Parts: sequence; structure tokens; C-alpha cells
Amino acid sequence: MTKSILALLKKDLLLELRQQHSLYGILLYVASTIFVLYLSINNPEGEVWNGLFWIIQLFVCVNAVAKSFLQESKGRMLYFYTISGAKEFIIAKLIYNIILMLIMSLLSLGLFFILLKNPLGNTLQFIGIVCLGGISISLVFTLLAAIAAKAQQNAALMAIMGFPLIIPQLLLLIRLSKVAFGEIFREGALLQLSLLIVGLDLMVIALSIILFPFLWKD
Amino acid sequence: MRKSWWKILAALLLIYTFAAGFLIKVPIIGNLKETIRNLFFHVPMWFGQIILLTTSLVYSILYLRKPDLRHDIYASSFAKTGILMGVLGLITGAIWATYTWGEPWSNDPKQIGVAIALLIYFAYLVLRNAITDIDKRAKISAVYNIFAYFIYLPLIMILPRLVESLHPGGKGVEGNPGLNGADLDATMRLVFWPAVIGWTLLGTWITTLNIRIYLIRDKNLLNAK
Repeated sequence: MTKSILALLKKDLLLELRQQHSLYGILLYVASTIFVLYLSINNPEGEVWNGLFWIIQLFVCVNAVAKSFLQESKGRMLYFYTISGAKEFIIAKLIYNIILMLIMSLLSLGLFFILLKNPLGNTLQFIGIVCLGGISISLVFTLLAAIAAKAQQNAALMAIMGFPLIIPQLLLLIRLSKVAFGEIFREGALLQLSLLIVGLDLMVIALSIILFPFLWKD
Repeated sequence: MRKSWWKILAALLLIYTFAAGFLIKVPIIGNLKETIRNLFFHVPMWFGQIILLTTSLVYSILYLRKPDLRHDIYASSFAKTGILMGVLGLITGAIWATYTWGEPWSNDPKQIGVAIALLIYFAYLVLRNAITDIDKRAKISAVYNIFAYFIYLPLIMILPRLVESLHPGGKGVEGNPGLNGADLDATMRLVFWPAVIGWTLLGTWITTLNIRIYLIRDKNLLNAK
């Protein structure tokens, strides 16, 4: 099982490196969005900065993750079906999307620092929260991308389904990241929030693994 | 008669709710005054919504276990009535809030939570409409329904409590005092729980009518198997 997960993961990563147009496409998307932000608002306040950052993460994720299922043609899916199980396939996709989203999140954080200054009190802590957030958002959108791909719909359907579903986690993340801006939290509240996000992540992983096999077979 | 006893019960309970709800003596708590009577109409909507959406979830799981179009019709009908209950709950809540909090919408965590929950289920309806193939629609929407339910539950059960615990009275809004069980006195409880059962049964009744329409419409499809 681990072997086929690794093989599928390797295939996705290799594909990403060889078909560079899609990777550069997302990178350009990240850069131009943040550049537009830079042109429209100079030196945003901490709260605005925080809100903008997470909204950008959301849009980057919709664009980066959406294609992970849409790019698989029907014939290729049939081929995967013969060589591996549904569970291996979805786990590989989850890991691949986490890696992709982590890279994108950290890159956009760097761009935010360069273009929109750094209003953070505790940068290291925020980087940790960004990693957690990138993982959470990409997990939710992986299953949604699978659903949208099955429905043979474009990214619009994914946005309609995904935005309401991601709000709980996004709100928690925005709340949590205020700690890096120097807001003092009640004793234990920080741990409670982080654990809640991790708990939601675990639930999403479990649901993806349980539900994806039903989507997979036609 | 044997089969319709619960419909009669629903009607009786709702007549009782309306009669007793407007007539009994209610405790005066803070600035709630007489508006506390809305408790018999607003809160049961949310009980009803949770029960109906949970039923919808059960039928979606049943569909995935055994693909029968009937289960899909049941699941979607229960979800639709659940959405209706949610909209009614939001409206009754907004009316209540106008007189107690001063404005219909004050960005209370619970208001935001249920608004998002409604968006999630509206997306379910959009998804259903987006797929034309009947079997595919049933399967994909069942998967989405299950996924949505497990996001919806923390959204309305855990998050509002957490925000309050972070801001003890800090945002000027301490959630709905009516939901605090300790504030219900004995007479109110005597009306409240029958009201919950009555509204839920009414919701189920509406759903069964909807289901019957769909079953007749898709008669040929269902019998073909």
C-alpha cells in the first residue's frame, strides 16, 4: 500500500516538474494577485493584512488543487483503477496537494513580506500557523476537487461548494493568527484552537478516505 | 387512521403550542420581557433543522451502501425541508433580535454560523442541479451531503461556544439566553418540548408530501429496476 502511494505521489510530482506550464501558471497567479494588492493598498494594518493573506490562500488553493483531478483523463483514471486502490489514490493526492499548497503558502508569505511589509510580532509563529492553514485548506479542497471533477464541472462549482465549507477553518485560522500580531490569548485558548483545527483536519482526512471510493467507481 | 396518527399529533401539538405559547405566564428575564414567547417558535426550528438534516444524512449513507433512487429522493427532500426550517429560524431570530438586541443582524457568532450552514446546503442544491445524469447526481450529492454534514455540525455546535469562551461577554452579545436550559422555568418547559416535537413532525409531514410527489414523478425510473 505504501509503495503504490509513493509511486502515485512520485508520478504527480514528476508530472508537475515536467509540465512546468501549470506550476508556473499558479506561481504567476500568486505573484500577480499579491502585486495587485500591493498597488491597491499600501502598508495595510495588521488586521487587514491578516484577512487579505488568508483570502489569497483560499484563492490560490482553489486554483492549485482544482486541477489535480481535472487533469486526469477518463482513460488514465481507468488505468489507475487497475493498478491501485481508491484509498491509495486519494492518500497520494492528499499528500501531493499538501506539498503543493505548502510551497504556495510559504511563497505567498514571502511575497507578502516583500511587497506589503511585515506587521507581525512573531514571524516564526505565523509561519507555523501558515503551514497548518495550508494543510487544512488543501485537505478540504482535495475531496471537493474530486467531487467537482466527477460532476464534470469547472472551477465555479468548486468555489460554490468550497467557500462555505472552508469558512469554519478559515475563521479559526484568522483567529489563531492574531496571536502572531501580538494579541494576548487566554490561558490554554491557543492550544485549544490549534487542536480544534488539527481535529477538523483529521476528520476531513478520514471522510476523504471513506467517501472517495464511492466517487471513484462508475 | 393508523398511519396518520402522527399527523394528528403534529396538528394538536402545534395548536397547543400556539394557544399555550401566547397565554401562559412567562418569567421576565432582563430585556426579553414578553418576546421570550418566541422561544416556542424560533428554537424548535433549529431542533427541527438538525433532526431533518441528520435524517437526510442517514438516507445519503443508505444510498451509498445500496444505490436505490428512493434513498436519494428521501435524502434530498429531507435536506430541502431542513433548509426551509433554517430559513424560518433565521427570520424568527432576526425578528426577535430586532426587539432585544436592537437590530436584526448583529454579527453574533451563532447568526454567522447558521448563515454559513445555509450556504453549505444551498450549495448542495446547486450541485444537484448541476448534474444531469440521475445516478451520478444521486451518488455525488450523497458524498457531498455526508461531507457537508460533518462540517455543519462543528460549525453550529462547537464554534459558537468556542468564540464565547474566548470572549466572556466581550462582544456584548452572549448568545441566545433562551438556549440556556437553566432559564427555562417549569411551565415554559411544558410548552417548549411539545413545540419542538410538533414543529419537527410538521417538517416531516411536509417532507413526506414532497417525497410522494417525487416518487410519482419518477415512477417509471423507479419501477424499471
